[in-house]
Amino acid sequence: MQIYLPIAELPVSIFLVLGMGLAVGFISGMFGIGGGFLMTPLLIFIGVPPAVSVASVTSHIAASSFSGAISYWRKRAIDIALALMLLGGGFVGTAVGVWLFTKLRTLDQLDLVIGLAYVTLLSVVGSLMVYEAACAIMRERHGMPPTLRRPGSHAWFHGLPFKVRFKRSKIYVSAIPVWAIGFVIGFVGAIMGIGGGFLLVPMLIYLLRVPTATVIGTSMVLTLVTMASATVMHAATNHQVDAVLSLILMIGGVIGATFGARTGQRMRSERLRMLLGLLVLAVGLRFAYSLIIEPEDLFSIRAVLGS
Amino acid sequence: MTRFAAALVLGLCSTAVPATAEKIVVSLSHHRVAITSSFTGEDLILFGAIEADSSGAQVRDTYDIVATVVGPRQTFRTRRKERVLGIWVNVDSRRFLNVPSYLSVLANRPFTHITNTETLRKDQIGLDNYLLTQRVGADFADTVRDDPFRAAFVRIENEHGLYNESTAAVSFITPTVFRAAIPLPSAVPTGVYMADIKLYAGGEMVGRTETAFEITKAGFEEFVAEAAREHGLIYGLVTAMLALLTGWFASIMLRRD
Repeated sequence: MQIYLPIAELPVSIFLVLGMGLAVGFISGMFGIGGGFLMTPLLIFIGVPPAVSVASVTSHIAASSFSGAISYWRKRAIDIALALMLLGGGFVGTAVGVWLFTKLRTLDQLDLVIGLAYVTLLSVVGSLMVYEAACAIMRERHGMPPTLRRPGSHAWFHGLPFKVRFKRSKIYVSAIPVWAIGFVIGFVGAIMGIGGGFLLVPMLIYLLRVPTATVIGTSMVLTLVTMASATVMHAATNHQVDAVLSLILMIGGVIGATFGARTGQRMRSERLRMLLGLLVLAVGLRFAYSLIIEPEDLFSIRAVLGS
Repeated sequence: MTRFAAALVLGLCSTAVPATAEKIVVSLSHHRVAITSSFTGEDLILFGAIEADSSGAQVRDTYDIVATVVGPRQTFRTRRKERVLGIWVNVDSRRFLNVPSYLSVLANRPFTHITNTETLRKDQIGLDNYLLTQRVGADFADTVRDDPFRAAFVRIENEHGLYNESTAAVSFITPTVFRAAIPLPSAVPTGVYMADIKLYAGGEMVGRTETAFEITKAGFEEFVAEAAREHGLIYGLVTAMLALLTGWFASIMLRRD
């Protein structure tokens, strides 16, 4: 069944888009990430213009992270204080990211920067996650306690001033790295059009030592706020949010996310991190492949807006 | 003397205009194509009849018809990739200024059978001869047809179904009544379209007429598109609220306790 998308200006199959929403929603619920790094390329692949894809995906992520956040809220697995402090840095990061985005677009190299950013970030983060999870699984196999030696537990930034106690997460850390992480997520999100959950979760775990119990819920609150405001900003400035596309993605997304969250909670933490690492790495390698392999068509055309 | 000169100029003018001894009357199956939520592309039918002009000219035995349908104009950039340090990067680009976002050239037989290449170029018959202005540095020109950027632009638009030519799309029902199918793909841009119908006989253009139609979004599609364009902020807030509602609804419906 085909439906015409009013902003993207092309017909798509409802079931295809619903299925994509379900699949990405399942992954996002399972790992507690937004899934923008999967959904945006998928939409571009089926022919939706990149600007419409980036803008519409934000509302899909907002929907699935909200349903996720509610269930984590019921389990008291959200650290609001930590989320708010991350958001403070996040807003500044987003503003800087949007400024750089506009700057790069006038230089005509935005596609390349986005491509390289995806490759570098996804490959590095994916490899680190796979390596870390493999080590954890090995330790467990050898009968060692999983938390024997947490690498970097006494990093230099743990000695920074302005220490704050986050009660729900039971951590006592300096506000500076918290703001810095928020800034990086906001910045990267604005440049790459992603929520940044796959970056935030490992950063919170390995850098701030946020316990697994609160990390996903907190990350979801951050994703929810940034993505909901991104929807409004994209709609108000670029007019590229396709509400019909968004709605289909949302419906698939929230259903998928609910089942994904159940599956995720039944799985062992190391296995989950290993799977997410492999997924992130695979997407990164796919981007690397498309940059290195000679494209089928060397030419491409793009409508110049505002003419 | 002045009157004589004016009459002379008038006389010269009337002979300079190609012998438009025939008149074409055309009609479209619709003048407004509505894009609704189930739109997947369609063919618009053009009907036409050739009549003798009032000046008493005779209707000839064989005619040729070339219809050029042009969609709303837009500026496009064609980019070319090249390998730089092992990765493929856009290195060069050309701007095509105010060129049709949709272009369809329909005829009843191959263009070269209708008239000579000189006339084809002058009358801009076919995708190869249609003027596509591009900016090369500071200059504005339509470079030769085998210019790689122009060829790539036409080829990609053709793959999307937006640029097409067919030398079999016009068919004569009787020697003076013809019919043509204008193919509108699913991703057809909205706006005002002009159809320019040229009539040839013996390699000369003997008649010409124009007609217009409009492609618009209708119903819900139109409502959404207009809301997004005119009331961006409210539209964004509504979409964000929709996202929160969907999320909230899902968390209630699919709760397992």
